[in-house]
This record gives sequence, C-alpha cells and structure tokens, in this order.
Amino acid sequence: MDCTALKTAMAEQGYVASDDLAMAVHLALALGRPLLLEGAAGVGKTEIARVLASVQDTKLIRLQCYEGLDASQSIYEWNYQKQLLSIRAAAESGTAKEAEARIFSEEFLLERPLLAAIRQDKAPILLVDEIDRADEEFEAYLLEILSDFQITIPELGTIPAKSRPVVILTANGTRDLSDALRRRCLYAHVGYPDRHTELSILKARCPDVEAHLANQIIGFVQSLRKEQLEKTPGIAEMLDFAAALMGLGVNDLTHDPAILQATMATLLKTESDRFNITTEITQRIAGKAA
Amino acid sequence: MTRVTKFSGRDAGPSARMAGFMAHLRDNGLRVGVSEADAALSALTQVDAYDPIQSRCALKAVLTGCAEENARFDDLFDSFWMNGGKVKERVMPSLNSLSDSVHSSRSAEGEQAGGGAGEATAPDGSDGEADADGEGKLVATTLRQKMKRDLRDVVQTDDIREAEEIARRLGIALRHRRSRRRKAAQKGDRIHFRKLIRQSLQTGGEPIRLPKKSRPDRPQKIVAICDVSGSMTLYAQVFLAFIAGLMRSDDTADAYLFHTRLVRIAEALRDRDPLRALGRLSVLADGFGGGSKIGESLMQFSRTYARKFVDGRTVVMILSDGYDTGSASELGEAMRLLKKRGCKVIWLNPLKGWDDYEPVAAGMAAALPYIDLFRPANRLADLAALEPELMRL
Repeated sequence: MDCTALKTAMAEQGYVASDDLAMAVHLALALGRPLLLEGAAGVGKTEIARVLASVQDTKLIRLQCYEGLDASQSIYEWNYQKQLLSIRAAAESGTAKEAEARIFSEEFLLERPLLAAIRQDKAPILLVDEIDRADEEFEAYLLEILSDFQITIPELGTIPAKSRPVVILTANGTRDLSDALRRRCLYAHVGYPDRHTELSILKARCPDVEAHLANQIIGFVQSLRKEQLEKTPGIAEMLDFAAALMGLGVNDLTHDPAILQATMATLLKTESDRFNITTEITQRIAGKAA
Repeated sequence: MTRVTKFSGRDAGPSARMAGFMAHLRDNGLRVGVSEADAALSALTQVDAYDPIQSRCALKAVLTGCAEENARFDDLFDSFWMNGGKVKERVMPSLNSLSDSVHSSRSAEGEQAGGGAGEATAPDGSDGEADADGEGKLVATTLRQKMKRDLRDVVQTDDIREAEEIARRLGIALRHRRSRRRKAAQKGDRIHFRKLIRQSLQTGGEPIRLPKKSRPDRPQKIVAICDVSGSMTLYAQVFLAFIAGLMRSDDTADAYLFHTRLVRIAEALRDRDPLRALGRLSVLADGFGGGSKIGESLMQFSRTYARKFVDGRTVVMILSDGYDTGSASELGEAMRLLKKRGCKVIWLNPLKGWDDYEPVAAGMAAALPYIDLFRPANRLADLAALEPELMRL
C-alpha cells in the first residue's frame, strides 16, 4: 500500500489526513519504526491509531501514560490472589514442592498493554498515549522495548515478540521528550486543519449537516481559533459544536444569538474564554462566516 | 515544480547529495546523524523519490524531531533542493572529502556549545581571533585585560565555607520530593505482594510477615545560573561564594555564569582548593562585570545544556537582577523552553529586597509567569532563609 492508497483508506474510515501526516504513517508502516505524533489536544492524534487499526484490520492496544506509571501497570503483573490460593491448595494436598514452579507460569501472569502488544499473532497497533505525562524512567524502559521488542520476566525468561507491533506515540508538549526517544521515532506534527480539510472532516463525520451550515460552522470555528483563547478548540470540539447545532435544529448560525451563545459550551472550555468571547463577538464572527 | 537545483556533474550521485543535504541540515541546527541519514535513504526507497512533494514529506518525517524543526524544514528543503537551478556551494565534490566538509561546518561555535562538558569549560573563540588579524588581537587583549577581574579579590574563602554549609542545608531541603513509584522498604503504606508470595511459599501459603513498600525520597538536582554583569557586581561576591559552596557540598549540582555569554563553571569550582577554584573561574569569567544578555544566555542554556542536564527532578536557580540589554521576548521564550524541561525555576533577585521594588524591567516581567519561586537575596543569610520555602516547593 503506498502513501496515497493509505490516505484514501484512512479517508474511507472518516479520517482526513494531511500529506505530511499520511506520509509519516506510511513510512512508519513501511520502515517498521515508531511514529511520534505531537500537537495540541483535540486535533486527532489518538484517532489516527484507531483508524489505522481498522484500516489494517488489526487490534488496537492502548497504553495511557501518567506520572508514576511503572512496570506492573504497563508490562505485566502476577496474579497474587490466585498465587496465594494455589500455594495453600498445594500445601494441603502435599505438593508444596512443585508449587513454586507452577505459580510463576503463564497461568498466573497478567498481561499489561506492552506485553500484550508483542504477543499477538497479527501485528497490532500499539498506542502509547500522552507519553510526555509518564516520567523519564518509563521513557527509558519504553526505549528498550522499542529497540529490541522483547521483554524479560525474571521468573519466566525472555519473551520475544511474536509479531512487531506498529507503535504510535502521542505527546502534547507538557514536557520535552528525551532526544534518544525522538531519534528512534519518525515524527509528525499534527496541527489545526485548514478550512478545506476541516470541511472534509465535518462531512465525513456528520454527513447530515447541510452544505450551507457546514460552511458556516467551519468558518466560525476557524475564525474563533484566531481569537486570543486559553484553550483553542480542536477538531473534536468542532464536531461537538456541529452535533449540538444539529440537535437543536439550527440551520443558520446567525438566526438566534442566544442559542449560538449557549452552544459555545462545546467550543470554549475555560471560564475566562467564556467570559471574553461575548455574544457580540460570536455574532461578529458568525456574521463574517455566513 | 521546475526549480529543482542542478547539481554539478562531478557529484558522486544521489547518496552523496543526501550526505550534502544532511550537512546542510546540521549546519542549520537540526540534530541529524549517520543513523538519520541511513533512515532517510531507506525512506526514499519507499516513496517515489522523483516526486518532490513525496520526498519532501518523507524526509520531513524522518529527519525532524520536534515542532520547531518541523516548521523550519520546508525552507531548508527548498534552499537545498529547490534553489532555482543554482548550486549555492559545491556540495559534495567527492566522497573522500565527506568527513572533512562535515567537520568544517559554519556553525562551529554552536557545535561547541552543544558538545561535551569538558570542551565547553575551555575559554572559546580566542584562537580564531588571534589567527584572523595580528593587530586586532593586540587591541582586543588590552581591552579585555581591563575588564578582567580576579575573582579571588571578590570572593573571600571564609564566605565559601559558610556558603558551603548553607548550600548543604538547601540541598537537603530540596531532597524531600517523594517519588510516585513504590519500592520495597522496612516501613511502608502498601504491601509488597511479589515479596509476600515468595515468602509465603516457605510457610505453605500462610503470609506470616507482611513486607511493605513505600515511596522513596528522590534527590533533586540544583542547577545554579549566576549573572555576573556590571549591574550585579555588588552581589556577585555573595552569589559566587554560594555557588562555590554549593558545588563543593553537592556532587550532583551544576553551575553556570553569564554576562554577555554563558560559561559552565561546574568543573572549575569542584577544584579541591577553593582558592585555586576561584583562580580557574577568573579565567573562565572573562568579561566579568560587563554588559548582560540574559535572554540570549538563557536561550543558549535552554537549547544546549538544559537538554542534557535538566529534567523533571531539577531545580534551576537563576541569580540575576533581570536587567537585560537584549529583548524581553527572547528572555520569555528562553524561560518557556526551560520550563518545558519539567524543572522548577527559582529566581533570586537582589533588587527584590528593596522596599518598593516591582518587577517592571521588561525582561523580568516576561520571565515571571515561568517562575515557581521569586525571592529577594543579597546576603548569605537571605539564602539560608530560603530553606523552609524550598521544602515546600
């Protein structure tokens, strides 16, 4: 599958990717390298992994990162309750000797996302979401897994990958990632889409929106992004906005200022943004967009 | 697109041109090395390399690593490959001079700054000056001689001893940052199940002793950056003594000073003999008491050393009055970059001790949003008084 075919396949699943992004995804698949996606919240970084999984018809395994994420939550953990019961059962039946070998076997192992990802028969998509929230130690651990795709469990030995997962990492810049991690990955920056792209996204996701209203919505959101906002609305917000308008039966943005102002709840997510973008401003923007 | 650069017929072929492109990117500050070149070539085999749009996207994905590089890449690509038929410079005359042309990159100074610690502590730039022009060198030397101050006159060794004690206490105060990860411990708030299972094997599944785990304390690193420009001369004595003490009491600490440029002084200050340490420092601090370029120096710090030495467990301590001859926006940008490393930033400003001080200096105002703790300090006692505040940080 070449780059344009991939782009079309993703568009069929409702994801309109820019040239840069489609190429980065294509190369990540072709070269077998992890792909690092950076960009503001709500521009569809996580969605790429989901769409890619359905394009490739494979499983999506997701690891959500947070500070303090460690091996027992990301790689594997033993099933302690089961182990304890098993030891007691063994003690009562007089087979305590064999118990040790048995309780550290596959049967008692709880897979976490990273281990699960390398043990699939068909290469899955491994999404390591918001890697910048995890701490440096986890980054180092992840690097090790990304370079040789095997995991060592002291009691069981080394588990090599059955298939090499396609790894997608996302970050939205809460902290800098290490150069070592960046160097191992292909990179794509996901920005806010231009007017044309965003219109195609809206059409792909909400096919019921009339052309006139769709144009108004995109025009409105695009100009709103140019205002000084604390949190610029992303694509997800735009889609919520469209859904809200549809639900309220609005077919022209300029008709009812009160309803428009009420639906701003879907676009503006901080108190000061709500305060600063007054009815006059929304009317001005809507008027221009119409 | 018909503006594709025409390369000299003597070029050794596509891979040599790619090597030339790599050198071009490196000259412009992108961090690309041999493995990136390799990846770029294999990426080009996966796309239609004759199509400029496809190859541009492909190279962009492989060769850039952050948003900023990503934004600059298109221009760099155009200036090399889409140069309207002109060859800007002879790119790769032959393969055997490849390594040569890589090393003689124009941005030698930038490379040095990014290089190893040992390299950077050497006074830089003086060689180039000397070679360039005999007369010019003489003038420059006399000028510099006047500006040079022996720091041994400025800082007293007694002060260093006192500062050492204060620095040690501050170090301990900062150490109380608890990790979120649990480790096996004598006393703890959670049961260490893995250990428990192992131990209960001996007792037939009866957990007799409950091993615990707790959150260990993690050491935090202090990075001190001291302003030694003209306006700070009065306070330099205190601050340099403090930094000297800090370096001697804490092995993980790191120190820099700046006036119009940034110098790493950690190695020099670790000299066993405090007096000799100051002597070595004087050599490095050439230009002491001159103008200050806070924004530029901090920007240089954020772009080079901070990438290596500053992480989420670092406290960056900036000792400066915030009077800058450079632009305020650069300082703000430098602070934003620094803060993104995940560190805590403490700014100690000697002027803040004045009764009616307001951080109105444009630079200071731009930096303020990125500062976790903004405090006055112009005596060693003030620094000592920081202890409880650092505990809370």
